[in-house]
Amino acid sequence: MKTLDRHGRFLVRLTLNGIPEEGFAEPRMLLADFLRHEIGATGTHVGCEHGICGACTIRVDGKATRACLVLAVQVDGAAIETVEGLSEPDGSFGPLQQAFHENFALQCGFCTPGFMMSLSEFLEINPDPTANEIKVALSGNICRCTGYHEIVNASLDAAKALRRRASQTS
Amino acid sequence: MKPAPFDYVQPDSVDEAVEVLAQYGDDARVIAGGQSLMPMLNMRLVRPHVLVDISRLPALSSTVDEDGVLAVGAAVTQGTLAAWPNLGMTLPLLAQALPYVGHFQTRNRGTVCGSLCHADPSSELPLCLALLGGEMDLHSSRGVRTIAAENFQRGVLTTAKAPDELAVRVRFPKAPAGDSFAFREFCHRHGDFAVVAIAARRSGTAISLAVGGVADRPEVCHWNSLPDDSVEDALNDLAWVLGGNDDIHATARHRRQLVRHLGCQVIDATRPDDGTE
Repeated sequence: MKTLDRHGRFLVRLTLNGIPEEGFAEPRMLLADFLRHEIGATGTHVGCEHGICGACTIRVDGKATRACLVLAVQVDGAAIETVEGLSEPDGSFGPLQQAFHENFALQCGFCTPGFMMSLSEFLEINPDPTANEIKVALSGNICRCTGYHEIVNASLDAAKALRRRASQTS
Repeated sequence: MKPAPFDYVQPDSVDEAVEVLAQYGDDARVIAGGQSLMPMLNMRLVRPHVLVDISRLPALSSTVDEDGVLAVGAAVTQGTLAAWPNLGMTLPLLAQALPYVGHFQTRNRGTVCGSLCHADPSSELPLCLALLGGEMDLHSSRGVRTIAAENFQRGVLTTAKAPDELAVRVRFPKAPAGDSFAFREFCHRHGDFAVVAIAARRSGTAISLAVGGVADRPEVCHWNSLPDDSVEDALNDLAWVLGGNDDIHATARHRRQLVRHLGCQVIDATRPDDGTE
């Protein structure tokens, strides 16, 4: 039985976008705070801290997850993916980022990492979604700037670009 | 906000988990997916002394297709159950209702048993359990007991589970051939808590209806037969029996109207296809 004292700080090891990282966390430390403050990966944004806004959405072992509703100590050993992993190896925009850029799908950008990480799993499960399916999939992410239309358009474009890439590599 | 400090325990077996629960009782909280508990911890609505994490217990991570029953372990997520092969055939009500439980991002982590133990009066899984009439297995250092669905949820966020008990699995009875099910809910935004959620089961001439979001727990109403011309009156009576309360999301009157409206829809949707179309 693993027992962690409330006042202790415990080693948490994980991979972040494929790169091994480690840091220390109190039992109560949220994964979102661990990524931002321990690892220094500030691409993941923290909004409501109770699972409503979706801004902190990341992927844990491939599954889109609210990083504010998971403790860092719970994901010891997990593979974490965040918005930082969406760009190309040379630092240029990946297909999701490019589609958001071209469709004006962000203004202030606070919610954007959450939208993109939700989409990154959703478009793997459903590579050719309808606009309506995208709206349902993104209903757990809140944006107060765009009015969502541009985000849905960007999602459709990103899906197209990802399909094209998949057909080229296969 | 951030949670108040707590000790964190990751037991290696159900026996170890119930040992900790026996020691701390009310001061311990079980966390599996945490999709209901973490918001309460973050807002400091609960401040447990110790958090018992059962999410990685192999013994609780399986779904077992038993004779006539689907047994879902306490660490099985809503997303895993939704993807269970042939769920639409064996448990059509769950297949219809699961897409309405939160969002796919919370279903990736939130568990079936966790949602049942959280016992929100408007949530979908307690509603399904009430209509299907399954049962829960509860373990504690005092022993093991099985409790019928109708006796499990007592009221708002309240169940028959004692603080030293661990919900180990839920058993949903599979749909008998010929029974048909339907689910509808009204909410302000997809994935939000339902204002009113309704599920119906038609079994021959008999109809059962479960209503969530109106009373302080899902309530089930049964008719041995319900001719078409008496559906409206029956639903009106049911709406007034359930009553409902005014709150920030809807008035009691709106809720009663939703019972009539959604009630009609689900009863209609369970109608057998008579081949005339």
